[in-house]
Amino acid sequence: MAKKASSSSKSTEGSASGEKQPFVWTRKDLLGLDELSAEEIVHILDTAESFREVSTRSIKKVPALRGKVVALMFFEDSTRTRMSFELAASRLSADTMIFTSKGSSVAKGETTLDTIRNVEAMGVDVFIIRHSQPGAPHMVSRKIEASIINAGDGAHEHPTQALLDIFTMRQRLGGVAGKRVAIVGDIAHSRVARSNILGLRKLGAEVVVVGPPTMVPSAIKAMGCEISHSLDDVLGEVDAINMLRIQFERFGGNLFPSLREYSKVYGLNTERLARCPKDVLVMHPGPINRGVEITSDVADGPNSCILQQVTNGLAIRMAVLYLVTQAHGPAEQT
Amino acid sequence: MNRLLTAQQVKRALTRLYDAIAKSLPSDGRIAVIGIRTRGETLAGRIVKRLGENFPDRHFDHGVLDITFYRDDLAMRRGAPLVRATDIEFDLDGSFVVLVDDVLHTGRSVRAALDALHDFGRPKIVRLGVLIDRGERELPIAADFAGRCITAPDNKRVQLKLKETDGEEGVFIIQKH
Repeated sequence: MAKKASSSSKSTEGSASGEKQPFVWTRKDLLGLDELSAEEIVHILDTAESFREVSTRSIKKVPALRGKVVALMFFEDSTRTRMSFELAASRLSADTMIFTSKGSSVAKGETTLDTIRNVEAMGVDVFIIRHSQPGAPHMVSRKIEASIINAGDGAHEHPTQALLDIFTMRQRLGGVAGKRVAIVGDIAHSRVARSNILGLRKLGAEVVVVGPPTMVPSAIKAMGCEISHSLDDVLGEVDAINMLRIQFERFGGNLFPSLREYSKVYGLNTERLARCPKDVLVMHPGPINRGVEITSDVADGPNSCILQQVTNGLAIRMAVLYLVTQAHGPAEQT
Repeated sequence: MNRLLTAQQVKRALTRLYDAIAKSLPSDGRIAVIGIRTRGETLAGRIVKRLGENFPDRHFDHGVLDITFYRDDLAMRRGAPLVRATDIEFDLDGSFVVLVDDVLHTGRSVRAALDALHDFGRPKIVRLGVLIDRGERELPIAADFAGRCITAPDNKRVQLKLKETDGEEGVFIIQKH
């Protein structure tokens, strides 16, 4: 749905116009990193860099989305992603509405599309959708004029999480290309892993996914990453380790014999950290299961950038909201 | 693309702008020179440098303003250009601010800049200095200092090029696209 922009620039007054044709964002939706080019990913990261500054002001608000309505449609639970998107929207001066499926019309049997169409009829400019069904935001985007941002769809993609991870790596490692990133945990069911692999590969990083065979499908190699079933084997030469959360609520305990065993073989602890390069970046998309995939001293230690990831998430989401709403002006919209 | 002013003429215009600003400075209090991205930033940098050389015992703050979010035509444009950060690392409250832009035309950039500035504090005085004033205002805004006034056909764009950003100096008239 990326409409090409024919910029009929009105009353441009010299400044900030007139460089040699800068890259212009034209997508009205952000559905996943799969569809984005490396150039588009870098554009989001660069835009987020500017939005970081807004959060340091005493008045942490800019009028970029004034008068726009952003609806957060959470068909699946979420705390931090929802709060992060909500704060991002308010920092851009948008009005926000929050929908959670618990106790809503969905419980009465309404379909996802009907729910969204009804909300759209109130005059919504952006939908931020989290859904347990992979592809739900994509399906909705084909039926709806408003912008759609995927905030996680099943085990498919979680683009803003991957963008904030990559943003943090770029910030802390001074770049992404040529860096080696390990993603550890339940790769098969992780949308965070998928989006990260897609984004990192496009920007030229090496990715090695690590986990027990039940959690790392061999088909994942097709995405351009290496596979390892031993965390100890990869520690020596990684620039960043992204520890995924074990999602108890989804897949119970039948993917590995016991939590203790998982944590023993695939958990990141002080002793394993000591075998990594000194400046290795320790990441986690949260929420942390302390003592399972990561021990407390590592999660809170100097190599950890877990809270920085959360801070950066705000800048990334502001950037994405700004970009998708700028992609289509009211003119010549049908 | 037609050249309207040579590098030499740009230099003279900048000197005129600088002289007018230097003459107007208050005798005490904090002074900030804030450029509007992108060319205004470069111009403000040059002005601050010269002020520092000529008034070595005074301090001049140098800031940069990105006005993208504050433009009133934001919703009328399709496609989002890259936004850059605003850089005002000093206290604006009570200071004497010279806002610097390259070309003053409709006045809409300046209106946006005033809005943006307001989010950072409350300056005592704000003055506007532009290198080129091409008239044809759409808002009640006027420059306090101008390096040079020109006229240009309404359907053309007047563009300042500077060494730092464009590799050459001059003012050019280009077709709007």
